[in-house]
Amino acid sequence: MISKLLSRVAIVAASVFILTGHSLGLRAQTLTGSGSTFINPAMTKWVDEYKKATGISVNYQSVGSGAGINNLIDGTTDFGGSDAPMNADEKGRAKGPVIHLPAVIGAVCIAYNVEGVQSGLALTGEDISDIFQGKIKYWDDPRLTKNNGGLRLPHEAIFTVHRSDGSGTTAIVTDYLSKVSPEWKSKVGAGKTVTWPEGGLGGKGNSGVAEVLKQHVNSIGYVELAYAVENKITYSRIASSSGGFIYPSVGSANQAAKASNIPEDMCTMITNASTGYPITGMTWLIVYKTSHQPAELKKFLKWVLTKGQHYTQDLYYASIPENMVTREMKLIDAIQ
Amino acid sequence: MTIAESSFRSTGRSRFRRSLSAFMAGLSIAAAIIACVALLSVLVYIVINGIGSISLSTFTEGPVPQGQPGGGLRNGIVGTLILMSIGSVIGLPIGILGGVYQLETNTTFSRTLRFFTDVLNSIPSIVMGLFAYLIVVLPVAAFSPGHAFSAFAGGVALGFLMIPTVMRTTEEILRLVPTTLRDASLALGASRWRTTWSVVLPAARGGIVTGVLLALARIAGETAPLLFTAFGNLDFNVRLDHPIDALPLNIFNYATSPYENLHHLALAGAIILLAIILILSLAARYALRGQTME
Amino acid sequence: MAVHVSWAATGLSAPQRIMALEEITLMLEPRPRFGLGAVLGKRPHRGDRIYRGVLTAAAISVLIIIVGLLLELVFGSRQSISTFGLRFFSDSKWDPNGQHFGALPFILGTLYSSFWALVIALPISLLTAIFLAEIAPTSRTMRWVERPVSFMVELLAAIPSVVYGLWGVLVLQPWLVKYVEGPIAKGPLSALPIFGDTANGYDMLAASLILAIMILPYITAVSRDLLRAIPRTVREGSYALGATRWETIKGVVLPYARAGIIGAVMLGFGRALGETMAVTMVIGNAPIFKTSLFSSGYTLASVIANELAEASGLYRSALIEIGLCLFLITLIVNGGAKLLIFYTAKDLNATGGKV
Repeated sequence: MISKLLSRVAIVAASVFILTGHSLGLRAQTLTGSGSTFINPAMTKWVDEYKKATGISVNYQSVGSGAGINNLIDGTTDFGGSDAPMNADEKGRAKGPVIHLPAVIGAVCIAYNVEGVQSGLALTGEDISDIFQGKIKYWDDPRLTKNNGGLRLPHEAIFTVHRSDGSGTTAIVTDYLSKVSPEWKSKVGAGKTVTWPEGGLGGKGNSGVAEVLKQHVNSIGYVELAYAVENKITYSRIASSSGGFIYPSVGSANQAAKASNIPEDMCTMITNASTGYPITGMTWLIVYKTSHQPAELKKFLKWVLTKGQHYTQDLYYASIPENMVTREMKLIDAIQ
Repeated sequence: MTIAESSFRSTGRSRFRRSLSAFMAGLSIAAAIIACVALLSVLVYIVINGIGSISLSTFTEGPVPQGQPGGGLRNGIVGTLILMSIGSVIGLPIGILGGVYQLETNTTFSRTLRFFTDVLNSIPSIVMGLFAYLIVVLPVAAFSPGHAFSAFAGGVALGFLMIPTVMRTTEEILRLVPTTLRDASLALGASRWRTTWSVVLPAARGGIVTGVLLALARIAGETAPLLFTAFGNLDFNVRLDHPIDALPLNIFNYATSPYENLHHLALAGAIILLAIILILSLAARYALRGQTME
Repeated sequence: MAVHVSWAATGLSAPQRIMALEEITLMLEPRPRFGLGAVLGKRPHRGDRIYRGVLTAAAISVLIIIVGLLLELVFGSRQSISTFGLRFFSDSKWDPNGQHFGALPFILGTLYSSFWALVIALPISLLTAIFLAEIAPTSRTMRWVERPVSFMVELLAAIPSVVYGLWGVLVLQPWLVKYVEGPIAKGPLSALPIFGDTANGYDMLAASLILAIMILPYITAVSRDLLRAIPRTVREGSYALGATRWETIKGVVLPYARAGIIGAVMLGFGRALGETMAVTMVIGNAPIFKTSLFSSGYTLASVIANELAEASGLYRSALIEIGLCLFLITLIVNGGAKLLIFYTAKDLNATGGKV
């Protein structure tokens, strides 16, 4: 089989490179990770600071949660970042048991670009569901103006922006919408990729969606809070299950996390919590229980959960609560 | 020809024919202007904004944490050069020797090979990236987890993409070497390989260098084959078994991001990439000039 | 038909253009072969056995790469082929969650964007080639224009796709929304089926325009070289019969170079089909096909670029089948281009096309 032959040749060549790399004394890069763009502002900061503190370099490519999980399953990376836990199918395909370690908690904001409208447009879950299903077509729809008494919205067509890649951020938003809108649940559902009702526009990564929102008026989409704030994109308040409209913020995300029950394996979505910002999510770093370089992996993961957490607040994430960190440390210790 | 046209008598019919001719000439001038404006708007925008975005730190710094200002393209520049080198190591021997083979033989197989070279040339680069992913990245992942994306995998894809250009130019240029030169060498009792090595290749040196440089110019800007092979790297890397950054990957990622500083870096990267390609093209022309003077 | 394109003249041109030129000249010109083919097999000199071995190894590795690529693509897509069969090509539902994959939106999106690119680029590039080869050189006032324009056209053929994409995102899209799509969408033209939908710049129009700009230098440069290669005597004969310049171009020059030009156009089309980065950056990445130029779409190449990393199992298999599909389509277009050139050239020869 020619393709097998080619693969053999490739493997031999690759091992030659690995060996020559070692013999030349070039320092190996210990860890490669990929996935969530949600966590990327924090992750790139960590990689930078970790290198300064320890001299060890980590490579993280923000290719989207779906790709991050897939790369981990294939064994092309050492760890994955995802804002949605692995599902049963993915766990089944994995090469071994995995552990999920929440590394940041953050808010996904419903961001928009409408001329003359500031941050704080009040939206309910039903509104968002209907906008993304194409039922609310214009910005001056009575349902939008109703909750925003006195606000003048233009009679312009809304265009929706969603993620084109398999995304944990999409999973968070669709999980929330499925909880608040039975119609969404039955027609669209929740997941890292969903079939978007009105087509809309696909952006790659949080970055891609933010770029579209920034460039084009009358657009609406969803991005992680840091992407909206750092790029001065306006975002809405969301109706909370406890009443009232809540801004996404470090504080309101923190509240939501504290109000949620985190199970033993750390895998749960914390959207639509009883208090706090309803579209809150976590990013998990996912690793195999048996790693081929456990020492380096453990060191980095522990650093992320301790020193690393000092940097997250400035980047608009809520820190992982103390009790969760203790539990995660135990999980990390079990890595072999 | 103006002389030819002025010889028409001014009948109505010929007037119509002449004005149609003039009209079409005007139309083609207009088309040339439209083409120039469209193309200039690309080039001028990139050059003006790109040069304004370049500073020393563009060459000396790596990426900064997302959302922070500044940053540079050091990793991508070095990565692109490394990827081009790996591509050359893989693509050049096959390309040049394949070209010599085409020159030396005229069998059914060599005609089939010509067809296959055409096929290789028409393969979209994304498909080549897919191929490298299937034969390098996935097998290596099964064998050495965590080290699957690599500069090597990217180089394989680029090397394969170089082959048809190098092969064709080599063959073409070797054909320009007079048959008498070869015949003389063979008549003197030189072996075939000796003739090729000492007579044909030196005579065609400039042309082959041109082919190589043009092939390099072709792969320097390739992005699609690197997406799932070279992968990108936040850190400076020269190891071939590790993921590596590349200028085109930087441009792609930064252009689609919302951050101003990254847009500037993308423009700076585009200018650097264009400079690399321009230098390669000029060098290719220079190499060929030496050839024609010999 | 003696179209000969001198090598030195192509010094600064893009490699693709050179390849195209060679493909065309190879087809048009039965070239003399060194009678060495037979010799390789006979009377091996010392060292020639190794020489032959090395050359053959290089030649065979080219073969291995192609065959390996084809096998790998077929092998990788067998799961998708056995699950969906031919329905894969006629099914327009692309649903990774439901494990249901149909490639129709991508096939149509690829052909549609490339078609419009050709519609936009073809007249402009042909007329520009006519200007460069026929009009500028004969005009005293415009003679100086030819060289810089030619130079620029050649330079632009070498610009990488991702740089065009960068320009598309930063310049073309905002400009389109403001000055083209916005006004059209608000005006009466929006009733036309090709102008429906939201005017947001991430659409077929942006993709087609970028593709048009990308293939424009390519078609222009090759056509110009072909026109230039036509002997002076051909034109002079026409003028002597009293034809105007346009009549000469239309009636004599263009038919003379028809084969090569069709080839150049088809090769340009082939290039547009496989183009990945620039299109991915502006087309909007929506797996649906609509005839409106203002609708987001997707192409075969860009769906691979965007989704391969996250695909596994049947999903990955479907994407590999899309790769196979793209490979075959470009193969057919390029092969078709050559056949067309071949037969047109033969026709020309048969009907006394040689002047």
